[in-house]
Amino acid sequence: MTINRRNLLLSGAALTAGATIFNLASFNEALAQASGRLTVCLYPEPPSLMLGLTQTTPAQIVSGKIYQSLLTYDFDLSPRPGLAKEWSVSDDGLTYVFKLHENVKWHDGKPFTADDVIFSTQECLPAIHSRARANFAYVESATALDDHTVEYKLKRPFVAFLQIFEVAGAPILPAHIYKDTDYRTNPANEFPIGTGPFKLKEWRRGEYIHLVRNEDYYKEDLPLLNEIYFQIIPDSASRLVALQNGTVDVTGYDNIDYVFMPMLRQSDAFEITQKGYENAAPLATLEYNTRSGHLADRRFRQALLHAIDRDFIIENIWFGQAAPSTGPVASSTIYYKDTGPLYPFDQERAVELLEEMGLKPDANGVRATVKLLALPYGDMWTKLGEYVRQSLGQVGVDVQIENTDPGNWASRYSNWEFEMTLSFWYQYGHPALGLTRLYHSASINKGIYGSNTAGYSNPEVDRLFDEAIQEIDVEKRTQMYGQLQEILIEDLPNAPLFEIKYATIMRKGVNNVVTSAIGICEGFETASVD
Amino acid sequence: MVKTGLGRAIKILLVLLSVIVINFALVRFAPGDPVSVIAGEAGASDAAFIASLREEFQLDKPIPVQLAAYLASVVRGDLGYSYRQRRPVADLIWERMPATLLLTGSAFVLSLLVGSAFGTFAGLNRGGWGDNALLVVCLLGYALPAFWLGLVLVLIFSVWLQWLPAFGMQTLGYTGGWWAQAGDVLSHLILPCITLSAYYIALYTRVMRSSMADVQTADFIKTAYAKGLSRGRIIGVHMLRNAALPVVTLAGVQAGQLIGGSIVVETVFAWPGIGRLALDALLQREYMVLLGVFVVTSIMVIALNIISDIILAIVDPRIKRSAA
Repeated sequence: MTINRRNLLLSGAALTAGATIFNLASFNEALAQASGRLTVCLYPEPPSLMLGLTQTTPAQIVSGKIYQSLLTYDFDLSPRPGLAKEWSVSDDGLTYVFKLHENVKWHDGKPFTADDVIFSTQECLPAIHSRARANFAYVESATALDDHTVEYKLKRPFVAFLQIFEVAGAPILPAHIYKDTDYRTNPANEFPIGTGPFKLKEWRRGEYIHLVRNEDYYKEDLPLLNEIYFQIIPDSASRLVALQNGTVDVTGYDNIDYVFMPMLRQSDAFEITQKGYENAAPLATLEYNTRSGHLADRRFRQALLHAIDRDFIIENIWFGQAAPSTGPVASSTIYYKDTGPLYPFDQERAVELLEEMGLKPDANGVRATVKLLALPYGDMWTKLGEYVRQSLGQVGVDVQIENTDPGNWASRYSNWEFEMTLSFWYQYGHPALGLTRLYHSASINKGIYGSNTAGYSNPEVDRLFDEAIQEIDVEKRTQMYGQLQEILIEDLPNAPLFEIKYATIMRKGVNNVVTSAIGICEGFETASVD
Repeated sequence: MVKTGLGRAIKILLVLLSVIVINFALVRFAPGDPVSVIAGEAGASDAAFIASLREEFQLDKPIPVQLAAYLASVVRGDLGYSYRQRRPVADLIWERMPATLLLTGSAFVLSLLVGSAFGTFAGLNRGGWGDNALLVVCLLGYALPAFWLGLVLVLIFSVWLQWLPAFGMQTLGYTGGWWAQAGDVLSHLILPCITLSAYYIALYTRVMRSSMADVQTADFIKTAYAKGLSRGRIIGVHMLRNAALPVVTLAGVQAGQLIGGSIVVETVFAWPGIGRLALDALLQREYMVLLGVFVVTSIMVIALNIISDIILAIVDPRIKRSAA
């Protein structure tokens, strides 16, 4: 090579670039060892961090550290102090008094008071948060007895009232920022102000969300972490790589494809827990449109469930991240009643029921044809749909799968444009919160997502829902919810397939990220990194 | 000249108008709407919630009215508002644009330079071992799907060798100086850039190879040799300039394709570009965001085609003379 100015400059540039690039490995390692930082895998990116406007799971994971509610919940769903340090309920179940912590400040330094709670639960959330609107509709009046005491008087008893104060269901918002404004367009939506242990520092769209420690947090010496990064990783294989090479410390829900779970379970580098999902308790369900053809007959609905081997699904499609379901209430939900195996896998029994209905096989062995609207939420759901088709085909029910995308699925589902579909629903800790909307006849509303889409109507079920929610006597209430479950199992408006068991995967050395029934959606105030 | 310029401007406006109207119709007539997606994300909804959202999103108005309102806003330079993300569409696009320009620009330059170099070598050495090896490389470049190639590169260079980061545009919390940060971004750019360029490197190699082979046998090249010019000068000054014409034409087309083709690469590598923004907007029925991306990318493609035409006229003076 000729030694001249041009060649020297080119060589220097190449050397600098190479040194910079390949120095990165050591820099990465240094950063990873920086104390007090946790990196959480996040996908998809939340549309907003204002929990009043959006309650997507990723938004809850991030904003659960920014906002708080009055309560939080232990793994058995018993309420624990949140912003409320103590509470009381009158004997008639109509008056609830919450005493709030007194030294709490918003992230902008303003004091948190009872007025914020009343504003949030009586004005702001009912206007923008559909679940909160339904829950707080039971409230007749909310009064600030003093700056740090809130009294709710209910129109009638609502026994699930103490279960509604988890951070995504009732985030407490700053009145001084939102009152008398357009809640949906308030500039604070882009930079949320909460009372939580962490504050938003930066959100680089498409890349990451960065939270930093709230130095004025009301609990002394907390939080333990200095900062949290939520790295947005859209590809599932990349998420696995990120976990394995230490780029992220924690993943939750189904961010890691379950096909990798057997491998991860065998690794010494990770701790895996199924705790922290007791409030959500998702139930995978084969949903029926009971208005449609043979699905109007419960024998047909029962036969279909008999024909599906759910143990096979749990083992081979969900790779052990699921548990058998016994009914429409998940085992971690309050008032769950174990009624034994739910329509055990028995294809002979399925055929008996179909024969009873007069459904004989034609020349091709087909007794009936049903359409299945596939759930477009990933590979596992696609495989589940294929397995359902295969299973039902074995008893002479020809299933035609209709594929679509999430927007179309939600629209068709809400407008009853399906015969069967697959879905999963959160229970929110209590049958009144999770089940009424799916099975009460008053909840049959075309075009409304999360309603009684099956079209199921049973006056006895309606009565039990209406009475149980007001029944102060615990024993009677428990009996009523037990009866409800038995009737819903008998009528089977929808077919519960299995309880989904999400997994939180943490690299060794990460502590206390799962401390409540909402798992990684919690505030992380005691989370730490060794 | 003025007439030509005016004619071209009218054509450009007509293309943009068609893009907006056709895509508006396609997106609006697709089943589902943003309200159903938001209701799904909320996990519950009621009639009041649905009605308030429809009113806010102006989905309660007739479609022609919605289209007219959108056209009027685009003329004013307003690409609309994302009701799901609660931000102007223009902001969402502009903040992602640098990432896309960096990725696609790098891939464009890389594929042009490497493809031209490979093609030149292969064209000058037709039938030799180097030419045959490059043909195999081209075949792989055409055949390998981008997402597969990307994942394999991650496996080799990030997981096994741990030389390069697996995804993202920068290291979280990086606090080095400007040059160090640039190096950090560059290290993240390498794998996605190679993945995105692979197909186009193969394409340019083949085109350049054929072109060089044709030019080599031209009379003016024989004349140049006869005049005693050096081989290096003949190749660099006479052959390349003529052989490059089809490559320049193709480059203008590629530039537009690159912007669309980056969706897969951006997803695999978690690169925060507008490709991913468009994909997310499609799945979430965010009409305004999707249309905004279409408008902006259409303008970019049109601009790149104009630039390509100008460069072609510079490289080949015959084009300017024939236009005159």
